[in-house]
Amino acid sequence: MTVTDTDLGTDPSIARDSVASALEQDRVESHLNPPPSYDLADHPVPTGREEVWRFTPLKRLRGILDGEASDKQLRREASLPEGVTLTEITAEQARELGELAPNDRPSALAVANAGGAVLLDVPAELEATEPVVVTLTGKSADDLVWGHVVVRLGRFSKATVVLRHAGSARYAATTTVVVGDGAELNMVSLQDWDDDAVHLGRDAIRVGRDASVKHTSVSFGGDVVRMHANVEYDGPGGEAELLGLYFADAGQHLEHRLFADHNQPRTKSNVVYKGALQGQGARTVWIGNVLIRKVAEGIETYEENRNLVLTDGCQADSVPNLEIETGEIEGAGHASATARFDDEQLFYLRSRGVSDAEARRLVLHGFFNDLIRKVGIPSLEEQLTDTVEAELAKNVLDGLAPVGGAQ
Amino acid sequence: MSELVIKDLQVSVDTEDGPKEILKGVTLTIGSGETHAIMGPNGSGKSTLAYSIAGHPKYTITGGTVTLDGEDVLAMSVDERARAGMFLAMQYPVEVPGVSVSNFLRTAKTAIDGEAPKLRTWVKDVNGALERLNLDPTFGTRSVNEGFSGGEKKRHEIAQLELLDPKVAILDETDSGLDIDALKVVSDGVNRFREKEGKGVLLITHYTRILRYIKPDHVHVFVAGRVAASGGPELAEELEAEGYDKYLKAAAV
Ligand SMILES: Nc1ncnc2c1ncn2[C@@H]1O[C@H](COP(=O)(O)OP(=O)(O)O)[C@@H](O)[C@H]1O
Ligand SMILES: [Mg+2]
Repeated sequence: MTVTDTDLGTDPSIARDSVASALEQDRVESHLNPPPSYDLADHPVPTGREEVWRFTPLKRLRGILDGEASDKQLRREASLPEGVTLTEITAEQARELGELAPNDRPSALAVANAGGAVLLDVPAELEATEPVVVTLTGKSADDLVWGHVVVRLGRFSKATVVLRHAGSARYAATTTVVVGDGAELNMVSLQDWDDDAVHLGRDAIRVGRDASVKHTSVSFGGDVVRMHANVEYDGPGGEAELLGLYFADAGQHLEHRLFADHNQPRTKSNVVYKGALQGQGARTVWIGNVLIRKVAEGIETYEENRNLVLTDGCQADSVPNLEIETGEIEGAGHASATARFDDEQLFYLRSRGVSDAEARRLVLHGFFNDLIRKVGIPSLEEQLTDTVEAELAKNVLDGLAPVGGAQ
Repeated sequence: MSELVIKDLQVSVDTEDGPKEILKGVTLTIGSGETHAIMGPNGSGKSTLAYSIAGHPKYTITGGTVTLDGEDVLAMSVDERARAGMFLAMQYPVEVPGVSVSNFLRTAKTAIDGEAPKLRTWVKDVNGALERLNLDPTFGTRSVNEGFSGGEKKRHEIAQLELLDPKVAILDETDSGLDIDALKVVSDGVNRFREKEGKGVLLITHYTRILRYIKPDHVHVFVAGRVAASGGPELAEELEAEGYDKYLKAAAV
């Protein structure tokens, strides 16, 4: 079990931020997240020592961060409920729609190089009955692809959006999600890549007044996948539920970085990420940053990350960080745990005749089950359950030596 | 027909100071259709006996044998023992978050029988077992043992006993922590099992109370990792009146 608290007392950058926030409320930046900017000069090529890059295997990004121009695209298939549109817009239009400026080099490069954006538009008050499903498929890991997406939900609209990534590419993308006042969005980003894909993604979400957003990041495939989910609020009363599910196999690097910026009072964030790891060199990283600004009185936040390590040779990093600038909050907490299969659970199941492999399958199923149900998209539920079991079947059921009480 | 034979069983656990011997030679035969009660003070090794027979990895068998109908139980894996007809109702049943009771029961039944149960009769059987144990029909949707009350955990163990229908059941303090109503419900469940042909029961308990509802054929006093005395139901009455003092003093010498 590792629980990391940000030490408010000794970090000089926090002290500086606090002074700045007293002077100029809107400009205060979290020391955990670089300031947003479209200017590439503000996002130099990382060396790997930077706080935000130190977990990422830069070499395996295969030159994405050099930022070469490329006109390669992912093939796009969309199933759109009536009234929902998917159109191409310019980068300027994307800004005017209120997108969040890039906060790291890949997202800044994506805006600079994509040559325009795709807008998924859900008009005000439309309640989409069917989910929007957009599948993006890459041809080859040799293709460098830049992606720039805006999802807009008009006031009081309601929609479910599934964005599925498949095939292979070296893909860097930024997606802004602007959720209008009182709107309700359920969005899933599914990283279902082939083994050699590299994906650097950022989903930046603006939650309108009294709006609610559920965002789920699901990462199964790819060689390196590094996803940001950022949330900030346009008014009081907004709620964000940030969920994540990942399963890393041998040699895979799956990284998920959260940033919930409580910049408005009476807002909520609830983060639950769960992951499993198996095989030599399987690596996961989870960074959960929450900033509670001075104005953000009466907010509630909770973040949780759980990892289940299925075999030897895996590494799961899990770092929750909480920066608190006001004492007037409803609640703030976090939990982080990385564990192996529990011998007592396996014994209990096996004492009922269930084989070792089947017992492990059940425990893993149980580990993800609550989360999969929380995603709240019935058509996806079964698919996620099946994928989890297929992943498990790859190794553990094949007799790759599991850890813990096998005998 | 079922006969569980335990001969000179010696068991130790690993501690920080090296292995610690807990069972110091236990010999017992549970004949076909017999119910044996094992009574003993806390820490005497009752759960160690139960867990060792079931194959818990924490315990090391250092000597002796256990056979079920002549088959070497100690050579079997944990799940093989269950499939051979052993069942352990645990003193502290384990939570399995996210796995529903109905999924768990179906998976266990399929494993024990070697084939999936017929859906129609199975649903009826499960609902019947839950109802007889006074468990709500929605019980099947809850996660195994998660958030169960003490009584619900024990009743769930006995529901499994009914559904999995083993040859020999070891019940480790199934009576502990139950109020009188729950104790009757649980005892009725155990008695229904005993009425079936040839079933063996090893009833481990700290108190004599449950023996008013489940009448044992044999009673054993268990002290300091050994059977200190064996007798009929009258031995339980003696323990009720006099407690374990006499046996504890004898063991301390
Ligand atoms: N891991 C362990 N390390 C040290 N002692 C243990 C361990 N597990 C069990 N014991 C000891 O073994 C003895 C028997 O325990 P147990 O079988 O649970 O007794 P009972 O069920 O009769 O109360 C106790 O003295 C207990 O402290
Ligand atoms: Mg005990």
